[in-house]
Amino acid sequence: MKDTSQLRQKKMLADHFGRLARAEETGEKSVYTFVPGNLTELILSFDLLPVLPEINALQSGMRGKSREYIAVAERLGHSEDVCTYVKSDIGMMKSGNVGPTGERLPAPSLLLLSYTGCFTFLKWFELLKEEYHCPIVMLHVPYQGDGKITESMRSYVVEQLRRKVIPLMEEVSGRAYDEDRLKEALALSAKAEDDLVWVLESAKNRPSPIDAYFGAVYYIGPMFSAFRGTQGAVDYYQSLRSEIEQRVVERRGPLTPDGELENERYRVVVEGPPNWTSFREFWKMFADEGAVVVASTYTKVGGVYDTGFRHDPEHPLESLADYCMGCYTNLSLPQRVSMLARYVTDYRADGFLINSIKSCNSFSAGQLHILREVENRVGRPGGFIESDLVDPRYFSASNIKNRLESYFQMIEQKRSGGASA
Amino acid sequence: MRYVVGIDLGSTTTKALVLDEKANVLGRGITNSRSNYDAACQIALGEALINARFSVLDSELQRDGVREAERTAWTRTLERIFRLRQFRAQLEALEEELKRVLVRFDLKAVYADAVNRILRRMNEEAAALFAEGASRKSDFFRDLAGSSYLRHAEEESRGEGLAFGPLAGLYDKAILEVENLPTAAGDFENHALGALAEMDGPPSKLASSVERAAGIELKQVGSVGTGYGRARLPFPEGQIRSEILCHGLGAHAMFPNTRTVLDIGGQDTKAIQVDDSGIVTSFQMNDRCAAGCGRYLGYIADEMNLGLHEIGPLAASSERPVRINSTCTVFAGAELRERLSLGEKREDILAGLHRAIILRAMSLLARSGGVADEFTFTGGVAKNPAAVGALQKLVFENYGKVGINISPDSIYTGALGAALFALKETSRFDA
Repeated sequence: MKDTSQLRQKKMLADHFGRLARAEETGEKSVYTFVPGNLTELILSFDLLPVLPEINALQSGMRGKSREYIAVAERLGHSEDVCTYVKSDIGMMKSGNVGPTGERLPAPSLLLLSYTGCFTFLKWFELLKEEYHCPIVMLHVPYQGDGKITESMRSYVVEQLRRKVIPLMEEVSGRAYDEDRLKEALALSAKAEDDLVWVLESAKNRPSPIDAYFGAVYYIGPMFSAFRGTQGAVDYYQSLRSEIEQRVVERRGPLTPDGELENERYRVVVEGPPNWTSFREFWKMFADEGAVVVASTYTKVGGVYDTGFRHDPEHPLESLADYCMGCYTNLSLPQRVSMLARYVTDYRADGFLINSIKSCNSFSAGQLHILREVENRVGRPGGFIESDLVDPRYFSASNIKNRLESYFQMIEQKRSGGASA
Repeated sequence: MRYVVGIDLGSTTTKALVLDEKANVLGRGITNSRSNYDAACQIALGEALINARFSVLDSELQRDGVREAERTAWTRTLERIFRLRQFRAQLEALEEELKRVLVRFDLKAVYADAVNRILRRMNEEAAALFAEGASRKSDFFRDLAGSSYLRHAEEESRGEGLAFGPLAGLYDKAILEVENLPTAAGDFENHALGALAEMDGPPSKLASSVERAAGIELKQVGSVGTGYGRARLPFPEGQIRSEILCHGLGAHAMFPNTRTVLDIGGQDTKAIQVDDSGIVTSFQMNDRCAAGCGRYLGYIADEMNLGLHEIGPLAASSERPVRINSTCTVFAGAELRERLSLGEKREDILAGLHRAIILRAMSLLARSGGVADEFTFTGGVAKNPAAVGALQKLVFENYGKVGINISPDSIYTGALGAALFALKETSRFDA
């Protein structure tokens, strides 16, 4: 039986995709944009509907559609090594643009390209622009190369919002920028963010009541897609939080594909997105070993909240700028190392695992360096597995299982102080 | 006598290693039977236990005060006859199976006489295979009997005008059954006593020691399985360990100063870092593609019509290795033919192919944390001199002078690690 929060989220998604499917009749306009550093509140304040091609691509992976979509994109000339989110999205578009709920998605009225660390985003939207011939605006978010956000970086982003993004949204939507409306949304965002942080941090308990990777990809859905800044998202996170509070009181472990995990044997931190084409199988490989993910960087991909950031209605554009600059993909390697090391310590993890994505050049670069650095800092073992986002050809189940089993046994061996006879 | 066993179920062979309670290696066994995992385990273990009794025999002779030179000479003779008797027992099993196959496929009328003549000649030649100083191309009955059977089958087909295909097919069918029959090679007592009887006046101390070795009860008190096929091993889950941990621990037991281990097996390559107790601290292995693993060499050998054991020495004789970068097994055949057509020498191409697989291993080593002193190379490919030569060269170029260990028993490294885990579990249980 599904929890109230799950049912609520399902309905939110169905309503949203229903609106998108009817958009051409109702005249509602959509904005295609990216998850990392998304500007959902701003988009919604113009009554525009967000569409997130990355989420559509991962849903295609989970629904077993990405193989054929990727094949379509490859026939169009995209090589095997191109980001498979891009190829899945292009393939979906060329196959009728039918979204995750089986309904057709509208063509975009605007492409909002927030550049937050992934250079493929630029090329991706160039391709969509060729296809849709609609307006495109790029928000250039400065990389946190020095590990901090400076005032000049902030004003650089705010200026782009004021001079480029907002005017184009006004033009596309036919509405004037309404800062009061944006402020109201940002206040709702902050409420939902408080609850999401509480839920993710509940994994500090033993046993952890949640899986902060496989389970948490569902928890971050409303926050990083089309709902942040709405009362619906606030309600969703309140009900999710109360369910998890109950699990903590009852000292229950997380839910897994095979029901509740009763014996928490390993606590691990994970870097990198999950594999979507074999999501359940991948999750089961952890659950079967009694491994719970207590913290993950992937759940910070749309924005990082657990270092204190909240959207601030008093400084609306500045806080949108800080949000974009603070999302995980925009962090430098040393910042990513620090975050992982902190998670391993704060969440009392036995170690950490990196799921390196074959077709992702932006974020797979430097992961072995991260592995060694975190190992050195926390003195707990790192593991390395390789798969892909949505290309099923890159998921070798027996190889990944072998590596995971070896990794968990390595933790066990360290715990028991070796096996030398 | 209590023992523990480690079993390493690889993609090519199954290995068993038996330890006594003080972690001394009593015996090792290997089989290339892999159509039935249970049978493969039993055969490898049976072989290891026979070898364990040979270890006991040696201890008994020592206890009787027999000097080392005599001990070696006596047991060598005894073992030679023992192995011949085993071979003959397997030939008998093969004969029985061939008879069944002839009936089952209704081929008796045409092929029975030819098969009988082939078997008779194989029996006649058996003694030479196990004669003093004789060298055998393989340790496996399938290979030894197969090469002899096929040679005689060819003669039969030429002389008697019989089709070679069905005659060879009979062997292929029968051998599958024989190599999966754990009892085919017989037991220690029967063959050891038989061998004594065949010896010309065996020394009395040898006879009494054989009796004692045969009489000792061997009691299994622990077992751990590992290897590629470990999920199919007939062991409960708690007695299964990853081959990465087993190779790390096994390498540490063989060479206690080991810090980095490279294992190149049939279908995977593993680079492993261990601490001073043999505990794995980091590892990397090939993913989703077995390019550059042991099977690659097997494929190359097939392409060149050579035995797997022949390509290493041939490649090692190269003076001008060809530079080849691809380790794709499928492309290797095309690369090989193209190079041959360009007039490159076989040994130079082979040397290039060996270097290519070691280059891939070097990348895994680098990603696992590099090569630390001492460095231990394990797995079937560690027996290949050209692979070892390429590795030594590349390790020196990239990491400077590093001690490289290769044990003649390196193929048993995973099984040794598994047995050590079994021993640890057993002592914990006892405590």
